[in-house]
Amino acid sequence: MLSAPDGARAPYRAYKDWFSNQNPSRLKKKAKEAEAFFRRTGITFNVYGQEAAQERLIPFDLIPRIISNREWTKLSRGIEQRVRAINMFLHDIYHRQEISRAGIIPIDLIAQNAAFLPQMMGLSPPGNVYTHIVGTDIVRTGEDDFYVLEDNARTPSGVSYMLENRETMLQMFPELFSQNRVKPVSDYPKNLRRSLAECAPHQCSDSCTVAILTPGIHNSAYFEHSFLADQMGVELVEGHDLRVVDGHIAMRTTQGYRRIDVLYRRVDDDYLDPLNFRPDSMLGVPGIMDVYRAGNITIANAPGTGIADDKAIYSYIPDIIQFYTGEKAILKNVETYRCAEPDTLKFVLENLADLVVKEVHGSGGYGMLVGPAASRQELADFADKLRARPSNYIAQPTLSLSTVPIFAKKGLAPRHVDLRPFVLVSPKGIEITPGGLTRVALQEGSLVVNSSQGGGTKDTWVLED
Amino acid sequence: MLGKTAGGLYWMFRFLERSENTARLIEAGFRIALTRSSDTSSDWKSVVTTAGVRRGYDAIHDDYTAENVVDYLLRDTTNPSSVMAATESARTNARMVRTALTTEVWEAVNESWMAMKKALAAPVRETELPAVLGAVRRHSALVRGALHGTMLRNDIYDFAQIGTALERADNTARIIDVKYYTLLPSASFVGSPLDNVQWETVLRSVSAHRSFRWLGEGEMTSSGIASFLILDTRFPRSLYFASSLIEENLAYLAKDYGTRMTCHDLIDAQLAALRRHTIKSIFDEGLHEFISTFIRANNAIGAQIEQDYRFNG
Repeated sequence: MLSAPDGARAPYRAYKDWFSNQNPSRLKKKAKEAEAFFRRTGITFNVYGQEAAQERLIPFDLIPRIISNREWTKLSRGIEQRVRAINMFLHDIYHRQEISRAGIIPIDLIAQNAAFLPQMMGLSPPGNVYTHIVGTDIVRTGEDDFYVLEDNARTPSGVSYMLENRETMLQMFPELFSQNRVKPVSDYPKNLRRSLAECAPHQCSDSCTVAILTPGIHNSAYFEHSFLADQMGVELVEGHDLRVVDGHIAMRTTQGYRRIDVLYRRVDDDYLDPLNFRPDSMLGVPGIMDVYRAGNITIANAPGTGIADDKAIYSYIPDIIQFYTGEKAILKNVETYRCAEPDTLKFVLENLADLVVKEVHGSGGYGMLVGPAASRQELADFADKLRARPSNYIAQPTLSLSTVPIFAKKGLAPRHVDLRPFVLVSPKGIEITPGGLTRVALQEGSLVVNSSQGGGTKDTWVLED
Repeated sequence: MLGKTAGGLYWMFRFLERSENTARLIEAGFRIALTRSSDTSSDWKSVVTTAGVRRGYDAIHDDYTAENVVDYLLRDTTNPSSVMAATESARTNARMVRTALTTEVWEAVNESWMAMKKALAAPVRETELPAVLGAVRRHSALVRGALHGTMLRNDIYDFAQIGTALERADNTARIIDVKYYTLLPSASFVGSPLDNVQWETVLRSVSAHRSFRWLGEGEMTSSGIASFLILDTRFPRSLYFASSLIEENLAYLAKDYGTRMTCHDLIDAQLAALRRHTIKSIFDEGLHEFISTFIRANNAIGAQIEQDYRFNG
């Protein structure tokens, strides 16, 4: 919030005036209220492998993260460009693979990739949309200076926190929203439903049936699944509620089976169809891929989109954008060292203490090394892992992320944040909800914002001009 | 509505009802223990039997002390009918069907679970027991209030009501079954202190001691109490009342969906059997036989509803 020479950054000025007139003990009370509200409404997530603390709260920080409209405009243009290119890329690699023929991406990197689904070859999803929902992870390093960290093109989560954080702020501090003109986010569920309906296999914008497929109440994001189903007014189904009836996917209702047109699935590719993928999966629907191939169901996101957010492919995104759109990438990529290349591996090993190393297929902040924060022993252990399986890792320089203040025990304290805006794609266009989910590393100096690793969230404001 | 959702609602409300019933049984048992100086283990044993958890209890405990019985019925999560386990199951089902519940109902269930987790984290001391049992009843009433006050009267509501009524009918029937010998005219010495305690317990365990007096039939005769618990049309926990509630809500479903199912025939038969009887004919036929038949039929209705409305496939 504070930029060194001249006090608060412009978008924070009005907020700062308000804040300096607040009584800290009142704010502390508000923070407690917010926590009680989250508990009561059950806004929790499950942590795997932690029997005792089965349901945890994501810490909520009551100081909003504020973005000016000008910065947002540039950011959203960049995201839209990226998402457009990713959809073209996905279509290409599952059809003619021009990008490999042109020598831009090695064919092995695609064909040998664990996230590549040969079952998708030659298949065009309804409306030609692959990534119906994207959550692009972005960090800011300075004025107008944004980097994309990850493209989350499979099943990005966290949008329920974006919505509930805003709801909580509106309840706690209504006066802030009359003093600041904050762009609303509450249309997201309605837009999601409409956007998904636009991707339906047949023309059925009003009568089209959308459902959300969840792995069930033990899934870490179950709250979000039920929250979205509730807000969208659609059914929340599990694999055992579904079956193939007359060549369509249908759900078991109290009055028999009813057809579904669009399935927003929060189940991974591997578990989607035991007949086509993992045979031991109980979470999916046997035969759904055959219905998909016949063009009778929309699966969102399409199977096989994971390859676009693979960390090895990530380093090629600027080339991908150039190749399909003819434009230069608006948003920057973090420089990425592919450890599979021997010279690069050598460089990474020599500079391990200054780098962040991630697993190519990893997510949730697990299995990564933050060099500057690691002990000598941790560095040595990780170096062994790298030497054993270099192609499993990429490395990136640590960025000097910009910080925003949190409301800590001793008052305001700067912490690192990232931002996940949520993007909806349909044949009619791409829309981005203003703002998104701000995740914050609550520990001083930490760069890891993942909720599974003790990160928190903030409300995110994009101001009208 | 998804079949799974209908099933989730039905079980959510069965478990809510069960947690309340278990709490009431403990309360009734606790009362006897307080009003008696002599050995109370046979009374606690009968509480365990009434709760239908004898087998599970005997596997863990050798005797029927107040401490063990209360703990098993309140806190032991290996006992699916314990207050904690039933509250937990109710909430798990509520999470599953959350999209079918209003915020008020969901929050009431969730808060009840949070309160129970806190109150039942450690064994409950005798001095705290009344407060804890009171909290169980209060939370149960909050959920019910939220249901009645905020839910649409559609199929969601119907399945919730059916679950409640089925569990309630089962509970009242089991209480009569365990205590039936005290209600038999041949075994009763009208006015003897011992039997008054037994009957009082029966009435308390279904929250009927007051309504029974209100109805002015204040004399505690065996047939008066049995008739009240089985055939009364005004008492919400009588077998007749609970069965009518099932019938009424199944009828709404038939109207709403435009189809009568097999379960409709079963509930009609159950109600017809109750209407056919007077308390005299029940005693003539044999109270125990009558109650056993009722419990079996009630279970069959539940199973048929599960099948007719595709709870599981």
